[in-house]
Amino acid sequence: MLNDITLGQYFPINSPIHRLDPRTKLLLLVLLIVAIFLADSALTCGLVTLLTLTIALLSRVSLKTYIRGLKPILFVIIFTAILNIFLTTGTKIELFGYQTPITVEGLILAGKMALRLVLLIFASSALTYTTSPIALTDGIEKLLSPFAKLGLPTFELAMMMSIAIRFIPTLIEETDKIMKAQKARGADFESGSLIRRVKALAPMLIPLFISAFRRADDLAVAMESRCYQGGSLRTRLNEIHFAGIDLIAACIFLVVFAAVMVLRFFL
Amino acid sequence: MIKTEHLRYAYNAAESEELKFALDDIDFSVAPGEFVAVLGHNGCGKSTLAKHFNGLLLPSGGMVYVSGMDTKDEAYYWDIRKTVGMVFQNPDNQIVATVVEEDVAFAPENLGVPSEEIRKRVDEALKTVDMYDLRRHAPHLLSGGQKQRVAIAGVIAMEPACIVLDEPTAMLDPKGRKEVIDTILKLKNEKKMSIVLITHYMEEAVKADRVVVMHKGKIVMNDVPKKVFSEVKQLKNLGLDVPQVTELCYLLNKSGASLPGDILTVEECADALEELLR
Repeated sequence: MLNDITLGQYFPINSPIHRLDPRTKLLLLVLLIVAIFLADSALTCGLVTLLTLTIALLSRVSLKTYIRGLKPILFVIIFTAILNIFLTTGTKIELFGYQTPITVEGLILAGKMALRLVLLIFASSALTYTTSPIALTDGIEKLLSPFAKLGLPTFELAMMMSIAIRFIPTLIEETDKIMKAQKARGADFESGSLIRRVKALAPMLIPLFISAFRRADDLAVAMESRCYQGGSLRTRLNEIHFAGIDLIAACIFLVVFAAVMVLRFFL
Repeated sequence: MIKTEHLRYAYNAAESEELKFALDDIDFSVAPGEFVAVLGHNGCGKSTLAKHFNGLLLPSGGMVYVSGMDTKDEAYYWDIRKTVGMVFQNPDNQIVATVVEEDVAFAPENLGVPSEEIRKRVDEALKTVDMYDLRRHAPHLLSGGQKQRVAIAGVIAMEPACIVLDEPTAMLDPKGRKEVIDTILKLKNEKKMSIVLITHYMEEAVKADRVVVMHKGKIVMNDVPKKVFSEVKQLKNLGLDVPQVTELCYLLNKSGASLPGDILTVEECADALEELLR
């Protein structure tokens, strides 16, 4: 169960998508998500699908990895699809002479919703697969920097985010270890009613919390020993810059976005 | 390089009425380029001592100087941290970033070093600890020994003159332990860095230029390894072990053999035994 979490997984390879500035990727992702939700007709759906798949292919991360990323929300996709199929009003489909509760409109809508969810996951995975968490937090920090003047601690926020991401695998490993240790002593996490199972988690969460606090303390001392002194003076190993490739990507996205908007609202 | 004079330290000095000193009248020094091992069993104050070397803890009494700078003087705060790098026991808890090279870059980034210079330092540090090929990897996928070497690289990138390692091998398997010790020796021999190694393992202490033994907050022995480890009886009384071969020779001598008392390595022991049997 704990190995399914792929959040923040990054593949350090070299591809055109990897080379984009994290800020470009973040902003274009927002644009793409809006486009995915606005896409309605076959043509616009086709356009956004084509764009998303192109990004996935250009990222040089295998499509299998993207598909594996769907696993956690597979249930949601199927559930919404079923609801849409049966609960949409419209022309009922006749099958072997019987009238079924399935409607043509329902099928189309279900397909569209499923497609949207899949594209959404693909697009956001493309961001995390191709951007190292540090680059991502750098990007967020830079995007938020106008708010720094209003007193928002942007650097500290970015640092907290990257440390949180850094410790996800460590804490997962720890949870796994604690669970195994407790199982070895007869703890039961898998049977009984939901309430029982939630209760069984308490003896696991307490050691996890204590260890997390201890880790935080150690990390603070280690960071201090390495001259951590907040954001004011800090420089970067990889300073982020906009380059030609960012301009090209932005143009492609804007053209597709404009096309979707025009097709959706003016035709 | 590092020098303490009558250093005392008490935890919670303000609250408890009866002061219990974790460190009591410590005179300790490390010369430039010297490799000092600090031994002692749990609770003897060796980690507390280590934390004084870069100002993480400040003395309750006495003085600590790092390259002539008083650690109590706030003006030297960052200079001292920059001069004395620290590596801790748990490699997982000192790695900040999610990519090896970005973690190594953490310290120079904090110091405001320009990007190109950081790149140079990171590459060099990673080559020194022999982790350059894995520079793009995620730290949590590395072995314990590799993680600890990344942590060492992260400190070297700061270009300190001295590096203090607080039980860096305690959580590692024998292979990882060897990797880390080899790296430490490389730093001493090639980079001419001063090294303070706090450890439980006698086999590691043998490689040092000088061994300091601590007991209940005091320094009880301070000499070259050959001298310290020849005092088998005193070490045993302090609850410490000696290297296996030293113990072997000690026991043989006790039952009538006449071997030199300062044997530390397997080779020396083999030679001495051959001599004896001839």
